[in-house]
Amino acid sequence: MIKNTKKSQKKNILSLEDVSISYGTFEAVKNVFLNFKAGDITSLIGPSGCGKSTVLRALNRMNDLIPNCSLKGTVLFDGTNIYDKRVDPVEVRRRIGMVFQQPNPFPKSIYENIAFGARINGFTGDMDELVESSLRKAAVWSECKDKLNDSGYSLSGGQQQRLCIARTIAIEPEIILMDEPCSALDPISTLKIEETMHELKKNYTIIIVTHNMQQALRVSDMTAFFNAIEYEDGDGGKVGYLAEFDSTKKIFNSPKEKTTQEYISGKFG
Amino acid sequence: MIMNSLFYQKKLSRNVGDKFFTSLSVFCALIAILPLIFVVTYILIKGGAQITPELFTLEPNPPGDDLDAGGINPALIGTLVITTIASIISIPVGVGGGIYLAEYSNGGPFSKFIRFGVNVLAGVPSIIAGVFIYALIVSTKILFGSMYSGLAGGMALSILMLPTVIKTTDEGLKLVPNELRYASLGIGASMYTTILKITLPTAFRSIATGVVLGIARAAGETAPLIFTALFSYYYIVGFEDLFYEMGSLAVLIYNFALEPYDAQNKLAWAASFILVISILTVNIFSRILAAFTEKTKRV
Repeated sequence: MIKNTKKSQKKNILSLEDVSISYGTFEAVKNVFLNFKAGDITSLIGPSGCGKSTVLRALNRMNDLIPNCSLKGTVLFDGTNIYDKRVDPVEVRRRIGMVFQQPNPFPKSIYENIAFGARINGFTGDMDELVESSLRKAAVWSECKDKLNDSGYSLSGGQQQRLCIARTIAIEPEIILMDEPCSALDPISTLKIEETMHELKKNYTIIIVTHNMQQALRVSDMTAFFNAIEYEDGDGGKVGYLAEFDSTKKIFNSPKEKTTQEYISGKFG
Repeated sequence: MIMNSLFYQKKLSRNVGDKFFTSLSVFCALIAILPLIFVVTYILIKGGAQITPELFTLEPNPPGDDLDAGGINPALIGTLVITTIASIISIPVGVGGGIYLAEYSNGGPFSKFIRFGVNVLAGVPSIIAGVFIYALIVSTKILFGSMYSGLAGGMALSILMLPTVIKTTDEGLKLVPNELRYASLGIGASMYTTILKITLPTAFRSIATGVVLGIARAAGETAPLIFTALFSYYYIVGFEDLFYEMGSLAVLIYNFALEPYDAQNKLAWAASFILVISILTVNIFSRILAAFTEKTKRV
């Protein structure tokens, strides 16, 4: 009962309205309408080339860094279209942080990896405390506490990825985007990251792209299934679209679309 | 079908041919390295014998009037000063240009034009750089009325260093994995913070290696200095000497090797020795630097 009332209170934190993204003349994904609720973990799943990573990168304007990438439609965050000409992408990325597929710590000490982002964001408080609390939240404190001055590369892949999560947490974003954060990791590290995500859910909205359907089922509240169809003009190119968006339970137990059913049962993808 | 033995057969024409071409290429490789070995040994023997402590402290004497040639102190210091000036000009400009090419440009016509221009500049004969500075600075007396000066020499050398610095910065930055840039931008760093704090430090060693090689190349140049810094017999004592003729090892060699006097010729050998040794040292140093970079690269 309590859970239900809580759910109804959740408001949309990020909305895509008729978003289409192209690389040059090639349309990667089109006409996406999607609402992300605050405090939820939403996973984006779908076969390769369906544009789910593209959509994720569009949410904090990381696509700006890819030449020729253009977006039509609106992405509303906090009531503002982040693709408005007046919007500063740097500010958007401070409030919507990102964790990448490959662990990519800075070639600096573990401590500096965390402190860097906080410092450039004008953090003036107790840095030691921030480093510790960020590492704790990312569940990597026990592995790091004795070697804060060692290079970030001295950690294992899974630990590096949790360091990257800690680094993102340290800037206190409202939303954390994760682009297949576990695809380069072993199952045990993956499990740890998933536990971390459950912890983070209390304070942050998380949007995760994953190829692992079990992971989507384990971690997310909502699931968006993207699919790709061939162009109508039939030149063999494919364009991605949002096939179905619902609570994770419904997507995995009683999907409305046939393609969703086929994808989650492993018939293609 | 005839079955050949699986064992290696020396007499087989393909094996004979193989042997022949292998030996031929080894032979050519040896010939290619011979000039270096001969030049270095010859200079080490001829020049090494002339090295004395006074060489580093005395002024060279004007040729002809006595047997003692003096030292090469002004030329040694001059080379250091001129290459320092060249570095001061070309490193900031070159690194800045390299940053633009690697980080900000998006492969448009402007960056293509700059890349092309840099390549052309790298192929410009060094004497042209000298003539250019001569026409621009020396003959116009634009620098506070001074004509030939160490400053003009440094400018000429900076033109030669510039393409090397731009290219190595560009290439060094391109080697930095994009994930690192994304990581920094993804936590809300601005482009310039990312470049200054993440990308440049990561690429620092490979850029430094290139810059050091550029300096080594510039230090040995003669032609651009003949037109610009000319030569001087006198000690460099103060800042104002920058605005007067300045000696350098390369021009000293050029001048004194052609003198009919034995003493001056010996001085030229000594200067050659020092120049070769220092360029060799710098090259080896940059090798070590590069090797160190390899080791610390991300696994």
